Amino acid sequence: MIESSLKLIADSAPFLLKGAGYTVGLSLGGMFFGLILGFTLAMMRLSSFRALDWTARVYISFFRGTPLLVQLFMIYYGLPQLGVRLEPLTAALIGFSLNMAAYAAEILRAAIASIDRGQWEAAASIGMTRTQTLYRTILPQAARTALPPLGNSFISLVKDTALAATIQVPELFRQAQLITARTFEIFTMYLAAALIYWVLASLLAHLQNRLEARVNLHEKDA
Amino acid sequence: MITLRNLTKQFKGQAVLKGIDLEIQPGEVVAIIGPSGSGKTTLLRCMNLLEEPSGGHIRVGDSDIDADRPLGPQQGLIRKLRQHVGFVFQNFNLFPHRTALENVMEGPVVVKKEPRERAAAKGRSLLARVGLTGKEDSYPKRLSGGQQQRVAIARALAMEPDVILFDEPTSALDPELVGEVLATIRSLAEEKRTMVIVTHEMSFARDVANRAIFIDGGVIVEQGDAKSLFSNPKEARTRQFLNKFLGDNAAQPLPEDA
Repeated sequence: MIESSLKLIADSAPFLLKGAGYTVGLSLGGMFFGLILGFTLAMMRLSSFRALDWTARVYISFFRGTPLLVQLFMIYYGLPQLGVRLEPLTAALIGFSLNMAAYAAEILRAAIASIDRGQWEAAASIGMTRTQTLYRTILPQAARTALPPLGNSFISLVKDTALAATIQVPELFRQAQLITARTFEIFTMYLAAALIYWVLASLLAHLQNRLEARVNLHEKDA
Repeated sequence: MITLRNLTKQFKGQAVLKGIDLEIQPGEVVAIIGPSGSGKTTLLRCMNLLEEPSGGHIRVGDSDIDADRPLGPQQGLIRKLRQHVGFVFQNFNLFPHRTALENVMEGPVVVKKEPRERAAAKGRSLLARVGLTGKEDSYPKRLSGGQQQRVAIARALAMEPDVILFDEPTSALDPELVGEVLATIRSLAEEKRTMVIVTHEMSFARDVANRAIFIDGGVIVEQGDAKSLFSNPKEARTRQFLNKFLGDNAAQPLPEDA
């Protein structure tokens, strides 16, 4: 029994690892574009232009308030009806990026808002512009606050990429499904897939800790 | 050096400053005193527009801000003004992610675009000037309140301002650390630097300032030579404030001494 399971895992390893490649790619891509769009949304939220603030509010509320699965279906199965036909991978990447952006925006907005007013004033008092203040004074400090929740969102994203299986992306979970359909070794295959997700998430958690330690350097002895 | 004309500030419909006229000459050290809520900190913060005045004129050197017109289009002028006006905060407001030296270099490097080496050399000599040689690479967290405030003074000096504004610079300090900050400010006064100091340290104000201004209810009640204002106030309200203040601060015997 154990022998046959091991053989099965060995045989399926190339497929699972190929799937894991998609999982990693989707996660990194979703995080990358999600952060860029999320930062833009956070700036809109902090803008004094009401229209920008409200556009961002509605966006964030929609993408946080609806299931990711529904968002993916709208993009992959729904958009073709409006004349927009996307490859599964492209559709998934867009979906994860749009969704991550909503979470990243709220994390970044809260982190920026948590920085003491006195920091803006100190920078202003030496003649810095608002943009200089943002990049040199506020964001480096906000990053420290934002890093733990952003790391958690990233780990959630890695696990959520399994949803891409439902729109035909051959990622890790999809590969496990395909092998299961052939071999009926259901428990073993899903356990193998789960272990790979676990390894990825643990790696990320480790990276997150090291990054936090680096950003927090100035908290410790000089 | 600084000229204020009919400066007003309303906050939520309440008048905090009711038309302040004030002129500060180069080399003058001016102490602003008054009860809490009198508007003295607001007045100081209006001088470099950390607080937006509701009306009036502010002139520093050749920068002229007209607060009767919208301030948005005057932002460039305001930034130029601030480069000539140093500000020292009650809570220091150092940049916590930068070392003492980096805090001092920030303005010259980012705002004045000075070369890093030159800014660093100047920063080191300014830190030495405020007695912090050896602390260049310390982050603010590792410094005492008194040391942090002296870094903040060095940061203000690094911009080579025409005037330095101090907003209750010792109020947030433990009593044993007040002296070192006051000594630093006193040494600046001896260099004939133009300074405006909002303070509760009455004896310091009397000794160091050339001129004292007593503010209450958003108006200048009385001003004049510091020594005569403290020893011989003309207005009843000033007398009342000084009596009450000195009364409150009179040494109370500790219970175990009683």
